[in-house]
Amino acid sequence: MQDPELLRRLLRAKDRMDAASQEEWPVSRLARVSGVSEAHFARSFKEAFGVPPHRYLLTLRIERAKALLRDTDLPITEIAFRTGWKSLGTFGRTFRDVTDESPGDFRSRAKATPHDLESVPACFLHAAHRPDLTIAVSEKRRQEAGGTNDPDTTEVT
Amino acid sequence: MSQGVQVVGLYVSDQDEALAFYTEKVGFRVHTDARNGNYRWLTVQHPEQPSFQLGLFVPGPPTVDEATAQTLREAVAKGAMPPLVLVVADVRATFDRMKARGVEFTQEPVERFGSVDASFRDPAGNGWKLVQAR
Repeated sequence: MQDPELLRRLLRAKDRMDAASQEEWPVSRLARVSGVSEAHFARSFKEAFGVPPHRYLLTLRIERAKALLRDTDLPITEIAFRTGWKSLGTFGRTFRDVTDESPGDFRSRAKATPHDLESVPACFLHAAHRPDLTIAVSEKRRQEAGGTNDPDTTEVT
Repeated sequence: MSQGVQVVGLYVSDQDEALAFYTEKVGFRVHTDARNGNYRWLTVQHPEQPSFQLGLFVPGPPTVDEATAQTLREAVAKGAMPPLVLVVADVRATFDRMKARGVEFTQEPVERFGSVDASFRDPAGNGWKLVQAR
């Protein structure tokens, strides 16, 4: 059971990530938005929304990247930078880890599939298209390949 | 119009706060404010849509038990309640006016699909989409 007033303030941090997922969101910044201590923030956010804050941010970035791949002809490097990644390599690897296909393959498949969703408000469409990450990407990667963790996708817990 | 949906209720955390928000910041007006002991039936309406009322209700006994009320309060505060859409003639002008009154916007006006939309929340956490009429 969580205090509704605290939840309302945690929602503010979630809203800010929703509005600008390409920006850097260190826990210190998120905690400041919610008006709670850093130590308290990650734990209470996960309890409230079911995922740690940085995994939530990752789902937003992947969703945005998928939308740009599907709906624009922007180069994949440009999409990587626009959605908050610092390198094409990290973007490609993380995208594949989450969606099980490369950005290029996703784009080819998505552009060949017609979609008619213009009457659905964009924000709900975004939410519906976010990947459902029930485990950390680093954990998924470990389970699948036993590889090493990427610092960019290590979760703050 | 004599048929159709007349009232849809929202759960809010505080009826006075919600009333001030919807009347002073969004531009609705009070339709009914009736009290019976601790129970308060409070509805507001859009000035140009007299056939529809938006109920501003607090979850609590006797309507729901205290444990359920707490769950509902949490759900509202987490932004988990269903979306609401407000249609206006000019989203950018409405955004400017509401922003100046202190409304918490979660998305600034964006043009897409040939229209303009923005998003805001009420003090309790209910999410609204502001959409330009076409």
